[in-house]
Amino acid sequence: MTSTVVIDKAAPTRAVKYGSMSRDRTWALRWSYFFLTLFAIFSLVPPLYMLITSLKSSAEISAATNPWWVFHPTLANYAGLLTSNQFLRFFFNSACVSIFVVTITMLISVPAAFALARMRFWGSATLATGVFLTYLIPDTLLFLPLFKMFAAFGDLTGIQLINRWYVLLIVYPTLTVPFCTWIMIGYFASIPKELDEAAIIDGASWFQTLTRIFIPVALPGLIAATIFAFTVSWAQFLYPLVFTTSTDQLVLPVGIITTLIKGDVFNWGQIMTGALLGAAPPLIIYAFLMDYYIAGLTAGATKG
Amino acid sequence: MTLPLILLIAILVIYPAFYSLHLATLNKSMQRFIGLGNFEFLFKRDTFWLVVKQSCIFAITAVIFKALIGFIVAHFVHNIPAKGQRKWRGMLLVPWVIPPAMSTLAWLWLFDPSYSAFNYTLSFFGIGPIPWTGDADWARFSVILVNVWYGAPFFMIMYLASLKSVPEQLYEAAAIDGANWWQRIWYVTLPMMRNIIAITTLFSLIVTFANFDIVRILTTGGPLDHTHIFATWAFRIGIEGSDIPLGASVSLFMVPILAIAAIFILRDINKRGNEA
Repeated sequence: MTSTVVIDKAAPTRAVKYGSMSRDRTWALRWSYFFLTLFAIFSLVPPLYMLITSLKSSAEISAATNPWWVFHPTLANYAGLLTSNQFLRFFFNSACVSIFVVTITMLISVPAAFALARMRFWGSATLATGVFLTYLIPDTLLFLPLFKMFAAFGDLTGIQLINRWYVLLIVYPTLTVPFCTWIMIGYFASIPKELDEAAIIDGASWFQTLTRIFIPVALPGLIAATIFAFTVSWAQFLYPLVFTTSTDQLVLPVGIITTLIKGDVFNWGQIMTGALLGAAPPLIIYAFLMDYYIAGLTAGATKG
Repeated sequence: MTLPLILLIAILVIYPAFYSLHLATLNKSMQRFIGLGNFEFLFKRDTFWLVVKQSCIFAITAVIFKALIGFIVAHFVHNIPAKGQRKWRGMLLVPWVIPPAMSTLAWLWLFDPSYSAFNYTLSFFGIGPIPWTGDADWARFSVILVNVWYGAPFFMIMYLASLKSVPEQLYEAAAIDGANWWQRIWYVTLPMMRNIIAITTLFSLIVTFANFDIVRILTTGGPLDHTHIFATWAFRIGIEGSDIPLGASVSLFMVPILAIAAIFILRDINKRGNEA
């Protein structure tokens, strides 16, 4: 025991080795920062370029100057879009659809997750797995049968669904509800059983247990699920492209692409401005609620 | 309380999925049953095989690069002091937050044939104007690049979360045993992250295989159908060409890969359910 201590103290290389290790560490840090900067540039170039282009006039865009710099900044593109009734209509449609979809999603998935997490009934485990499986069925597989179904429904009942913005309220929940239910099951299941047993003993009904105990305790999960539902319905592109065509029914992403691109004429200043404004709501939410956003993102795989 | 959920899934997911099986056996006007006629027709078309090939190239290459980049970047973020990590993570996740339809427009503008900002920059290095979306091979590269740009942050966040859950003692033990950085990754990090890597990759494979937005906006399948994948080609045939049955049969080709991935994911989830 003592001999090893002596050897350690006598070893002359020891101090040098510490030095080299910390030098290694410094270099590793420098390399990390260097590559992170590279990756950050790669990540941020498209959004920054959107911003740069949105501040340019058409004349400057088609001039042969450095595209990465704004020589004569102008807000004309923003003014043009924000006073255009059509663009405001798209924005309004998008906001309407997203808010309704978030509400519908929460109304369906929170009670369902509560039931699946706490009430053991016949087939509840299978149903929970089934919910996750439906999340894996992509929109690109379902848009054709859904289109045909809605057309047939219109012929049958006279209620026209194709080319109405509210058809999106019916189809978007298929994308949001399974995942939201899934992450809410995870959050609800992590709440200690004693908590709701205490509530039941105090005479709370199932509904009161849900609203007084589960929802407040699982609030972070609820926020994460809400953010998820909002971003999905805001960003969805295929369904509105398929189900809506007239300009007053379009949502933002499809509206920008179908109306601002006229034939082969690309008004890039306005397109980039529109794209930036369309990307703004998710980005703003992300900037303020990043932790919830990431919690929702990782919940699918780590909570399961 | 699960009734709305069951109804929603049954009417708007399960039923359409089987309905598309039925649709695929009808003729164009959807009045006559033609059995496997649509599939026979597809197998005889060169474009179909082009789409199959491109879908596989697109999905597999994109997922591999997303996973690699995500893994590397997650390590770099994990390496730096904890108080700076939040800031970097925030910046690196931006591509995932922007709606893909919007960010693809920015890429389209960056790839513009006459005003491409990339070509402007590259011209200083003597690299001639690159036909980013005009030439078949470059267009393939471009759609994959945009998909990697969009999807890599997801991998980064997942890997970062699982890197943080690897106990520090394991690395200390490895360091004491004289493991170099490569051995630390191979014998400690990878086995600990195996589950997350598998599930993230499978999940991303599904999403990438079924991708629509990026290809649709960036190339619309062109030049000459060389970048069409199942989803965009099904849209072209089913909605634009109003041959819904044929489009449905094209999109059904996504099912096998989805089923295989889903089985693996399910197995993984059940396994972890039992452990817990």
